[in-house]
Amino acid sequence: MELSRVELLPGVWLNHLRSDKFKTACLSVNLLTQLTRETASMNALIPFVLRRGCTRYGDMEAISARLDELYGTAIEPVVRRIGEIQCLGFYASIPESAFLPGKEDVLRPACELLGELLLNPATRGGLLLPQYVDSEREKMLDALRARVNEKRSYSVMRCIEEMCCFEDFSAGRLGGIDEMKNVRYQKLSKHYRSLLQSCPIEIFYCGRADRKRLAALLRDTLSTLPRGEIDYELGTEIRMNALEDQPREVTEPMDVSQGKLVIGFRLGECMDDPDLAALTVFNGVFGSGSTSKLFANVREKLQLCYYAGSMIDTHKGLLLAAAGIDCDKKDAAQAEIFRQLEAMRRGEISDEELQAAKAGAAADLRMAEDSQGELEGFYLSQILRGLDYGPAELAELCEDVTKDDVVAVAQSVDCDLIYFLTEDGEGEADAQEEL
Amino acid sequence: MRRRSFEHIGEVLYEETLPNGLRLCVVPKKGFRSSYALFAADYGGAHRRFTLDGRLIDTPAGVAHYLEHKMFDLPGGDNALDILTANGADPNASTGADMTSYFFQCTEHFEENLRMLLHFVSTPYFTDETVEKERGIITQEILMGEDDPGLGLYYRLLGMLYASHPLRERVAGTEESIRAITAETLYACHRAFYAPGNMVLCVEGDVDPERILAIAREALPQETQPVPEADFGPAESLLPVESYSRETMPVSAPQFLLGAKFAPAAKGEEALRRRLTASLALRTLFGRSSPFYTRLYAKGLLNLDFDYEADFITNAAMLILGGESRDPDAVLAEVKKEIEALEKNGLDEERFRRAKRASLGARLRGLEDFESVCFALASGLIEGYCALEGPELLERIDKADCERFLLDVLRPERLAFAIYEPKKD
Repeated sequence: MELSRVELLPGVWLNHLRSDKFKTACLSVNLLTQLTRETASMNALIPFVLRRGCTRYGDMEAISARLDELYGTAIEPVVRRIGEIQCLGFYASIPESAFLPGKEDVLRPACELLGELLLNPATRGGLLLPQYVDSEREKMLDALRARVNEKRSYSVMRCIEEMCCFEDFSAGRLGGIDEMKNVRYQKLSKHYRSLLQSCPIEIFYCGRADRKRLAALLRDTLSTLPRGEIDYELGTEIRMNALEDQPREVTEPMDVSQGKLVIGFRLGECMDDPDLAALTVFNGVFGSGSTSKLFANVREKLQLCYYAGSMIDTHKGLLLAAAGIDCDKKDAAQAEIFRQLEAMRRGEISDEELQAAKAGAAADLRMAEDSQGELEGFYLSQILRGLDYGPAELAELCEDVTKDDVVAVAQSVDCDLIYFLTEDGEGEADAQEEL
Repeated sequence: MRRRSFEHIGEVLYEETLPNGLRLCVVPKKGFRSSYALFAADYGGAHRRFTLDGRLIDTPAGVAHYLEHKMFDLPGGDNALDILTANGADPNASTGADMTSYFFQCTEHFEENLRMLLHFVSTPYFTDETVEKERGIITQEILMGEDDPGLGLYYRLLGMLYASHPLRERVAGTEESIRAITAETLYACHRAFYAPGNMVLCVEGDVDPERILAIAREALPQETQPVPEADFGPAESLLPVESYSRETMPVSAPQFLLGAKFAPAAKGEEALRRRLTASLALRTLFGRSSPFYTRLYAKGLLNLDFDYEADFITNAAMLILGGESRDPDAVLAEVKKEIEALEKNGLDEERFRRAKRASLGARLRGLEDFESVCFALASGLIEGYCALEGPELLERIDKADCERFLLDVLRPERLAFAIYEPKKD
């Protein structure tokens, strides 16, 4: 599988991956923009508002009926935060004609519908319809408030928010609640027009159509895209060190029976010239999967938790270690997490641990080639790094990682903040009311 | 092995039943990097009471799940999860109310990993010490589930639907119920339900079906063994025990679930037809393009998280729909209106036609993921149908089938409605 990349229109790139393996094709269109606290909420809302109605299909019922007609083609709004770049647009999944009655082609009409949604929204007097904007804003607010219902992801999000409180990264994928409350249709319409003109656009396709046919289809579909000066100045500010000498501590009481500990680190100097393979294998040894140090020790040896693991953000340079624990076991779990990191810094990594982490990372990456969703996410992330190699190549690099590479990452990380979600003792859940 | 070709969806399936009773199917996929194997027992959280050696055994809630955790321990202190991971596989396991599943996906050493999977799941090794050791971890998992309002509401609804069926209780059990579990309990349950005759093996990937068959013959016990009939309690009426509940919980906005029981079909093709009918009927009436959903969405009564499904678990079947809403009672009123309109006018011809097209596309999409294909095949083997027949059978389901299904299940007296709402300021 080889990715080919071609510029369709100024700043509009098609990334094409030809494959006969799948029953459906995937097509995503992503507008890239700098993540800022001021604009994140508006950006996040746009694809959801666009999905409510376009000139040809004025409301959701008409759009959905059209999608049903196209054999259940799905076109969903998608908003991502990759480092401090916010990516917004649509992700479409389109059945391949080879498997449809009469080999009916749905790629062309699906592309047309995608173009309609992106470029020709339902408007009045040139402005997005206030009822759609208001309705989507309220739904987005509900979704933002609902994040507290999932304690595990909520605690990770809160740790990042606190850790990066002076950085745009903390605006989150969807922006903040207060900013969202203030979104109105006039300003949003203006913002939408300016994004169309200035955002670099990355299109990803994986399926049976060859590049020539798809490029022609998309050029047609996007022919009315208004382009102005393209803003290529997108990037992520990477803070190397912790904010203060000692890790900051944040404790949040809530009506929970299980505590959630999340320890946030900066990846540190190794982010000067990040070695993706070394970072991936480091995370494997430390806290990803059942052979990792956190799983083996915090869960299996000390039985402090059901889950204990770590994740890295290689764009922003963050490492997060997380565990779900009894509320009175915080000190023990925290001490063990640090003990394991210290051991790695001293080079206490067995051949088995290293081998398992390398094999696990390589296998995960190779498996990604069997999933269009994984491929799409992987390549979008690569494109933002300015890299063009695929998951199989990164898998090979992971297999070449040495113990010294992993130790170097361990020595580079710097603890910034310790977040703990714990029982409030009175059975009162007040935290979500502040949101 | 028996080879079956499903040309319109571009799939081929190989199937076989071994002399020891194991049911096996393989879907070869050329050009894929990875392969996936699922080895599952027709045994889950609901199989609590059964007769073994003429003795009635009543096990505590949570045993099937506890057993799943402990199956990875091998004699000599080895752990199958570690061995598989170290060998490049991505292994895991899950326990549902009706099935316990052990599975892995990998890109290298598939045959070795498959041998290990079959070996560890058929090798019980428990000591009081290792069983005791797991209690803390499982307790944390139970507590985590108790903090999950979505799961809480689901079990609340099951408690309203069923009078005594073990589905009422959480698959993982409770902190109290798992205290009674010992090594002896786990051995008894393993012996009763993990015989090859009560298990299915489903494999998908770039593999040779005959090799899979040979490995299964080699790695599993040869002898057949009778499998106990589980006792799910007295037959339940189709009416709920309780039809409405509203409780305060730590949630950000009201959550609701609507449920209704219906009679499951007999095993075999009829079971697949029933599933397809239920899913197509629900899609036509409540799907993303339905007037019901789009109207309530526009009114702010429903969100994108609104969902519906027909569940077939052990000897029970039910439909469930739910999500978040500012006013769940208004949603319930709209559902009832929809049912009245359905009684009068039936389903709209044009919408039904489109829903069928959409359903075909959704089924194609479902074929992309090895895990969901293998799980669907496993359920099918247990229920006596072949899941890959779905797209073709779907063609033969008509509007009248769907209307009959909906009008039967959605009778007002059949409905149970559960709400979790946030504390008022």
